[in-house]
Amino acid sequence: MDAHAAERARVEKHKKQGYKPNEISPQANFVISLLLTLLTLVFILPVLLVIVVSFSTPESLTHRGYSLIPESWTLTTYKYLFQSGRQILDSYKVTIARTVIGPLISLAVMSLYSFVIAYRSFPARKFYTYFLFISSIFSGGMVASFIVNVRYLGLYDNFLIYILPTAISWFNVIILRTFIQTTIPDSLFEAAKIDGAGDFRIFFQIVLPLFKAGLATIGLFCVVGQWNEWTTALLYIDNPKLVPIQTMLQRIQNNINFIKNNAQMSGTQEEQQILNSLPTESAQMAITVIATVPILCVYPFFQKYFIKGMTIGSVKG
Amino acid sequence: MFFKKLKKHIRDYWALHLMALPGVAALLVFSYWPKFGVIMAFQKFNFKKGFLGSTFIGLKNFEFLFKTTDAWIITRNTVCYNAVMIVMNTTLAVILAMILNEVKSKRLAKYIQTIYMMPHFLSATAVSMVLFCFLSDTNGIVNSMIRSMGGETRNWYMTKSIWPATLVGVSAWKNIGYSSIVYLATITGISQEYYEAAMIDGATRPQQALYITLPQLRPILTIMLIQSIGGIFYGDFGLFYSVPRDSGALYPVTNVIDTYIFRALKEQVNYGMSSAAALYQSVVGFLLMVVSNGIVRKVSPEYAMF
Repeated sequence: MDAHAAERARVEKHKKQGYKPNEISPQANFVISLLLTLLTLVFILPVLLVIVVSFSTPESLTHRGYSLIPESWTLTTYKYLFQSGRQILDSYKVTIARTVIGPLISLAVMSLYSFVIAYRSFPARKFYTYFLFISSIFSGGMVASFIVNVRYLGLYDNFLIYILPTAISWFNVIILRTFIQTTIPDSLFEAAKIDGAGDFRIFFQIVLPLFKAGLATIGLFCVVGQWNEWTTALLYIDNPKLVPIQTMLQRIQNNINFIKNNAQMSGTQEEQQILNSLPTESAQMAITVIATVPILCVYPFFQKYFIKGMTIGSVKG
Repeated sequence: MFFKKLKKHIRDYWALHLMALPGVAALLVFSYWPKFGVIMAFQKFNFKKGFLGSTFIGLKNFEFLFKTTDAWIITRNTVCYNAVMIVMNTTLAVILAMILNEVKSKRLAKYIQTIYMMPHFLSATAVSMVLFCFLSDTNGIVNSMIRSMGGETRNWYMTKSIWPATLVGVSAWKNIGYSSIVYLATITGISQEYYEAAMIDGATRPQQALYITLPQLRPILTIMLIQSIGGIFYGDFGLFYSVPRDSGALYPVTNVIDTYIFRALKEQVNYGMSSAAALYQSVVGFLLMVVSNGIVRKVSPEYAMF
């Protein structure tokens, strides 16, 4: 009884101090919040550094090295890049194209497939589920895929290599299926069937409208995946006109001449001159910024979808 | 009889089969066909002759692969890095989630989480450039600091010793914010009644974290850990290829199975070696996944994949 009396006294005390007993004290809350806020610098500052370097003058880089506070600021790097930037523009176009087309096709293929395996009264549903699962448990690997894609399908130096192999991902299909099963009751299907609706009508008029959150989640996964993906082009693309911006970033790490060579092949004399005077290091950083900033500006607005997808995926994956 | 049934089935369900068709086609071509293609690991593969025309040479490719010291190095690197990263990232993500959960202002917690998950949205090449700002030979912050203190600068992209810790650190930087999402969601889902009961018994907040929150996290933690053990034979290609800038001097500490396969395929065009390594990865990866899934099934069947 004593313990309970003491606890009651504690609760009373907490109430007087203005916080609920199952919360931490205001002081502790302040310290924790402050520490966590300071820790954000670990994530922000390195990225900020890249941005600052891309706006630093070459002189500043020689004197101070990479620094958050450069001697002098300049826009010339960006100006050069966009004036000479056949390669930049080409790469940007490729990235945008795959980021738009890829997710659309994936969503079409995967939402249909997930509908089929979520459809409880469909006798072949088990078959399609296993067909999907088995595809995931033993991987043919990078080399065999390469041979299939290049020798048999002719996807070398072909834009479709970005779109087709990623059209269906078992993990995303499972997330979509879970979305359908948890948000749309079976009875709705059955009722529509009794009313004489065909399966296509059920899909387009009942499932799709109720399914927006699921589609948005997976669509965003696909968008981020396509925007940031760079290994495919490393393996499959030679033609500089088909290299996406992230892969270009990879190539100029080893050799800034990648953009210079391409301009020499196709560019005017003026463009070549601009390129020859391009400050190498800040140019690399500027391209990093160009390749990164769009996605960084967008993701915070879609955070809740990523969180939703992650939580469903972890339990059902 | 059978045909009659089939006819009825098709009449009733043709639409659903049609809907599955694009997915089936994609899986057949891009997933099942390469599975069949692994026979090239047993062939003296000839690009012109293809999977069916190339001559079989038994296990020769594997003999060559395992005679090299590379086989041991890439296996060691892949497994060790993954093991350390799994433990480290999971621990940090859980701690982060538990602390974030204590922050009283949910708005602030959300903003903080947004920033912590930011690196997840950077490509590996962008991460590589970020790191380059620190480690660059000429202008990097690390060397600038060493210079200003009068020390001897180094070319860090040629110095093996720093890379294991660096790669583990980069992996944590990139991943913990994003993976803490799952744990935070689980924590917020824990019933408040447990905490209220504990309070009546006089448990302090840290005690509650230790004796309620952590045990409640155990199922999801088990699942996540076991799932990642299933993937322990697969290295993060971007992290090990791009972040060390593909520097040859660093291969002994950065080469993992995935980068090895890539280089054998793309740079040496050695189909025998690369396909043998790829099949080695697939088979061991498959076994690990079956084993870990078997364990999940024992622990909590509802989380098992098959």
